[in-house]
Amino acid sequence: MIRHSKAPFFIATGLLILAGILLAMLRHQQLGVPWLPGQQQPVWLVEARVDFQAWGDPVTVSLNLPDSPPGFSVLSEQAASPGYGFAITERNRDRRAEWTIRQARGPQTLYFKSRLIAGDNTPAPAPDNALPPVASEVFLEGPDVAAARALIELAGSRSSSPASFTRELISLLNNPTPDQNIRLLMSDRSRSEVLYQLINYSGTPARIAEGLRLEDARRQQSLLPWLQVYDGERWVTFNPRTAEQGVPEDVLLWREEASSLLDVSGGSNSVVSFSMLRQTVPAQQIMVAEADNRAFGALSLHQLPVEQQGMFRMLLLLPFGAMVVCLMRILVGIKTSGTFMPVLIAVAFVQTSLLPGLAAFIGVVTLGLLMRGYLSSLNLLLVSRISALIILVLFITAGISIIGYQMGFSTGMTVTFFPMVILAWTIERMSILWEEEGAREVVSQGVGSLIVAVLAYLVMRAPLAEHLSFNFPELHLVVLGLILLMGQYTGYKLTELRRFTPMKRYQ
Amino acid sequence: MFDWISPRVLNRLGMLNMNKRNIDYIARYNDRSAYPLVDNKLKTKLVVEEHEVASPKLLQVVSEQHEIGHFRDRVANFDGFAIKPAKGSGGKGILVITGREGDDFVKPSGARVSLEEMERHLSNILAGLYSLGGAPDVAVIEDLVRCDPRLARYSHEGVPDIRIIVFKGYPVMAMLRLATHASDGKANLHQGAVGVGLNLANGRALNAVQFDRPVERHPDNDLLLSEIKIDNWHYLLNMASRCYEATGLGYMGVDLVVDESRGPLLLELNARPGLAIQVANGQGLLPRLKAVEALKRPHLTPEERVYWAMTQAGATHITAPRRDHPELDALLPM
Repeated sequence: MIRHSKAPFFIATGLLILAGILLAMLRHQQLGVPWLPGQQQPVWLVEARVDFQAWGDPVTVSLNLPDSPPGFSVLSEQAASPGYGFAITERNRDRRAEWTIRQARGPQTLYFKSRLIAGDNTPAPAPDNALPPVASEVFLEGPDVAAARALIELAGSRSSSPASFTRELISLLNNPTPDQNIRLLMSDRSRSEVLYQLINYSGTPARIAEGLRLEDARRQQSLLPWLQVYDGERWVTFNPRTAEQGVPEDVLLWREEASSLLDVSGGSNSVVSFSMLRQTVPAQQIMVAEADNRAFGALSLHQLPVEQQGMFRMLLLLPFGAMVVCLMRILVGIKTSGTFMPVLIAVAFVQTSLLPGLAAFIGVVTLGLLMRGYLSSLNLLLVSRISALIILVLFITAGISIIGYQMGFSTGMTVTFFPMVILAWTIERMSILWEEEGAREVVSQGVGSLIVAVLAYLVMRAPLAEHLSFNFPELHLVVLGLILLMGQYTGYKLTELRRFTPMKRYQ
Repeated sequence: MFDWISPRVLNRLGMLNMNKRNIDYIARYNDRSAYPLVDNKLKTKLVVEEHEVASPKLLQVVSEQHEIGHFRDRVANFDGFAIKPAKGSGGKGILVITGREGDDFVKPSGARVSLEEMERHLSNILAGLYSLGGAPDVAVIEDLVRCDPRLARYSHEGVPDIRIIVFKGYPVMAMLRLATHASDGKANLHQGAVGVGLNLANGRALNAVQFDRPVERHPDNDLLLSEIKIDNWHYLLNMASRCYEATGLGYMGVDLVVDESRGPLLLELNARPGLAIQVANGQGLLPRLKAVEALKRPHLTPEERVYWAMTQAGATHITAPRRDHPELDALLPM
């Protein structure tokens, strides 16, 4: 009941906001992090993560490294592996990272981080004295030989060069109704393996490279096979799935030579997975910051492993969503069902993109409401009703995904990004609201929630918000200050100006 | 459609808004520790009883799922009763039964409720469907309030109740809420009940609204609303004011009903009373709240506070609170 002076609060909030702005300005000056996104060449941070079980003996791990991959140039490379000796070896154009340790036991994790800059295409010239590659020997047995010969003859009759021959072969394999030769060969081999064997069998050198599709903030990715064929002068790359020639801009060929991707001695169950991140910070500045580790360099989120950085990129957008909810509820007065449900829905929209997300959300909630109508006549306890609803929501999302997929919309799949439990609670609340206050209130709260969710999505999706929140984490102090200030707002909400309109008579 | 009122006009009228109510009144004057007292109807009943505030008679408490099976036997002797979630808010989950028809129960509107529906309602209450934050709850079964016919005739299929805003123990604004057909027998303004602003000085109707629009007559029974006068007004205000001592809540809504045999009864207390009372009165709350806040020396007894509030509202012929001045015992030399 004591009336506190509000001055200390406003001073503290002001300091908070000031500190945020000052820190951001310092970072801008010290590290040259730009205020606006999209001013630099994109820099890709790719992290390979090797997991394996060590037996307790000496361990040697050897991982193939990209060697001037087409379309990219390597800026820096770095390994993180506590206790391991590390070296990069190069033998016959085969670059490998080698970790060694005298003794290790139990689960081990090794990281290799590579910073690549896109668009700088400098294909390494083959050494003059190197012999031209020859086709690998392929051993086929019994009926396979006849099938392979038939296919090679068919593709050969329709082509004039190794490249067109390869394209023909791929389109033969891609035929939705394959003939029995193809079915026979494909029965116990993968498509790229069949291609590799067929082309080498025909006398043209071919090899399988492994590439990584670069997408921002992806984790736990694995390599996809790409087919390379020697056309007499150089290696030509094909996508074995589409017969497309050349390496797409967003694909990094991690392994081109015919050596193995990963060798582990002294351990088992080894797995390589890749994480990647697109950075908008000038490559040079990053290198400078890392080289002398200035105060700000060490405080940057760029120091974290790439996997964590990807997660933080999403998490750091949440404050913006929360601020939108504050604005809409405190200043505008829009009713939402559940305080922060709109932010969670907005996060899901980021994954699904807006329109499919909206359609999926409305679809799931509507279907859920219909089913909930039946549940309410079953006389169930609240907890089991919600649990039943969660399972129903699961069925609905699975149904939407399958039907969407059958109809050819891969966007139907993205419905799985919605948080199930939140959806179930939303349906439950809406249903109670329906019974107690009528459909009008349900529609008004539902529309209110969606408006707030879409606004939060638009803010979180803005390139500027993404750029600022990740590169200037201290700006969140400003957001915090603004939210605190809004918490002190005692003026009228916009909707109250309408609600109290009848008071006009009494003035 | 897009009709707005300017914030300047609202300020001049002294309209209290949601944000200001939450920050400057509820957060400042309502101690969190007192909330359970008003958020739980059972506790409210017990605590106000000590301060001579009567409430409807408690018939039963259903607190366990297995007790629901015996519900039919337990209410066999009661014709009319009301089932309420102890921690419910805003009238949610309240089921009023006025009679029996065979195995079924009858609501005020004449609609029938089967025993199964009744049991489902009880188990929903226990599971916390109507309580704040979904916490497990108990169902309170109270004696049916038979409203004073002089007041009941204004209401349609529901008990009219009187909402009084009590600020630091001073009644500051009051309204009568009349159920209508549109509100389905409920006295909730946003569901279509008629709100009648009451003059604090004498309990007479000031102004009436339905759906925030002014009305002169009750939409269902066509009675002239401006003729309403609440009897025993002074007593009702005193009752409301005593709830301040009982709970210690600085800003609350007190909901009263008038029973034909037992007189005024407390229905429930509300720690977050709504703002619609201002529209029903055609006046803003802020000037009155500020007048109370400006008091240098607050009055200590409910009688004095009610006297002050009624005088402020313009009442003249009311009995002044009796002040007992104990005489000093003769100072005897020891």
